[in-house]
Amino acid sequence: MKALRIVLLLFLAAMTVLTIFGFVAKPWQPPEVASKAGEGIDSVINYLLVSTGIVFVIGHAGLIWLIWRYSGKSDAGYKPETPKAQWMWALVPVLCMAAISEIGVLVIGGPAWNELYGMPPDDALKVEVVGKQFEWIVRYAGKDGKFDPTKPQKVREPRNPLGFVDEDNDDIVARNVLTVPVNKPVVVKLRTLDVQHSFSIPAFRLKQDLVPGLPTQTRFTATKTGKFEIVCAELCGMGHYRMRGEVHVLEQKDFDEWMRKKQAELE
Amino acid sequence: MSEGHAPSGFIRKYIFSFDHKVIGLQYIITAMVMAVLGAGLAVMIRMQLAWPDKPMLRPEAYLSIVTMHGTIMVFFVISLALVSGFGNYLIPLMIGARDMAYPFLNMLSYWTIVPACALMVLSMFVEGGAAASGWTAYPPLSALKEAIPGSGWGQTLWLLAMALFIVSFTLSGLNFLTTILNMRAPGMSLYRMPLTVWTFLISTVLGLLAFPPLTAAAVMLLTDRHLGTNFYLPDGIVLGDQVLPHQGGTPLLFQHLFWFLGHPEVYVLVLPAMGVAFEVVAAFARRPPFGYRISVYALFVVAVLSMIVWGHHMFVSGMNPYLGKYFSIATVAITMPFSLLAVNLITSLWRGNIRFEVPMLFILAMISVIGTGGLGGIYLGTATSDVYFHDSYFVVGHFHLMIGVVTSSRPLPASITGSRRCSAE
Repeated sequence: MKALRIVLLLFLAAMTVLTIFGFVAKPWQPPEVASKAGEGIDSVINYLLVSTGIVFVIGHAGLIWLIWRYSGKSDAGYKPETPKAQWMWALVPVLCMAAISEIGVLVIGGPAWNELYGMPPDDALKVEVVGKQFEWIVRYAGKDGKFDPTKPQKVREPRNPLGFVDEDNDDIVARNVLTVPVNKPVVVKLRTLDVQHSFSIPAFRLKQDLVPGLPTQTRFTATKTGKFEIVCAELCGMGHYRMRGEVHVLEQKDFDEWMRKKQAELE
Repeated sequence: MSEGHAPSGFIRKYIFSFDHKVIGLQYIITAMVMAVLGAGLAVMIRMQLAWPDKPMLRPEAYLSIVTMHGTIMVFFVISLALVSGFGNYLIPLMIGARDMAYPFLNMLSYWTIVPACALMVLSMFVEGGAAASGWTAYPPLSALKEAIPGSGWGQTLWLLAMALFIVSFTLSGLNFLTTILNMRAPGMSLYRMPLTVWTFLISTVLGLLAFPPLTAAAVMLLTDRHLGTNFYLPDGIVLGDQVLPHQGGTPLLFQHLFWFLGHPEVYVLVLPAMGVAFEVVAAFARRPPFGYRISVYALFVVAVLSMIVWGHHMFVSGMNPYLGKYFSIATVAITMPFSLLAVNLITSLWRGNIRFEVPMLFILAMISVIGTGGLGGIYLGTATSDVYFHDSYFVVGHFHLMIGVVTSSRPLPASITGSRRCSAE
């Protein structure tokens, strides 16, 4: 019995320490964050890591101490607790968790949520991303500054994947690559041609479902140049695992250059 | 009554029995058989994930296996064993009743589950394979046969099996509710019931309130698939260069209906596990559970809150972001009563005399995992962080800790090995 008690307590203590080590050492790092809203999301996650970590350690310390203190004796020195004591003790987890969790949602998470879903600025770059089994079709407004009309009845792979009504239009279309300038707000209008997909850029901590019949929208402001992965985050069929793309974040002047080149290609 | 060598005696006693203990064991044995199947599916998933470059499973088979693993484990193992099985066995014993309120209905509800299990297993062998749209079966993937193999006959049989399961669970739930409210021994007021019975009562009510929307969702999906309705299918869907002739529906309707059940469902699973934990801790620490009444009130609060937070599965679904904010605030509010239950569980060791029998070891481990898994839920309930974690392995980790450890592998062995306590008639 005594040996079992010691083994149990050592095991619990070891698991607690290993768990903390796992979070602190973070051997499985998420990709480095590269967007403004993403930084807000990371700050929520880090806040939760610290606060739930403290609760985890205190809870396990309490459990270990109680097991140590109240085992290996001959009889229980139990006296019924008064209702007042029970209520007072009950307040402790209730108030602690209320504080930790609602501060996380409202104080720390609120601004980042508004960043994601509030009204975008007027000068944001507008892009449309259309999801279909199993690729992302990216579209920019052409020289006329408008997205030209499309109809599902006109969709023909491969020459008219978006279903343009007037095939002789000036929109810039790309497959699986989203090119954007750095430090500029980008509004991404999302729609799907078939089943549900989800547009996700892990490095931007971005995710928004594409729902048939419901145009959705998301936005980001990239803060680093480079290439970042786009993944589909909602099961959409057998090719879901390979429904990937790339975001190319360029300096503003490189982006303008790229845009000019694309518009020239169309003419 | 004679031992009964005649076939009718045997069948009446062991097959179509009206006795709650036999029916409880029938449920548990059926769930264990389904658990072997579900665990086998899990092994196949892990094998393919361990060697991703080796084509062990066909792609459509992999998705079907993931779908069936989830469905079988949640509904046909945990709900079956923990709620129906242990509920049937333990409730009359714990409240001093001779049997359940409706023994014939009890037998019927078990024998409704058997064809449900059979249909679920059969769906793996039909043309196109088993359903492959995930255990959540979101349309249009699950509504359109062309969208993925497995959305043919497999998905239809899945829906029919789920409908039968819900019928059985509802019959069982009515039985539990009536038994607990009406058949307690004289002198056993509600506030003198064991905590386990309280958890069965509350999770039964939750199940009765929450399952009907899933029935509706499943029926509407069946009619969308076979009768040309358009509950979930909007216009403009293009598959294979063809525009499909649907209009007017929205997939979000299914998500709301599914998760309206889906969230209370997990509390239906976890609350009886907490109840069993309280019993085992009390028994092996030689003292009554700490804060009995407060725990009962906390159970009520958990149950009420669990019915109004389903949108936390849908934060990035295209739902209005104001709704997202509300669901987030309400979801993390559940941490208050739930952590209270966990703290009361730990405090039930205070001034006790702990004996390390096997059931106690299981439950002490379970308490630790309630900490890990439960705290992980806060990252998902906070809408902002959920944007990153939604549809990722973080969610898979959270619910496997809660369902796969807390709800299943801890109380099940604990109550089986601790069944000495319950066999005092």
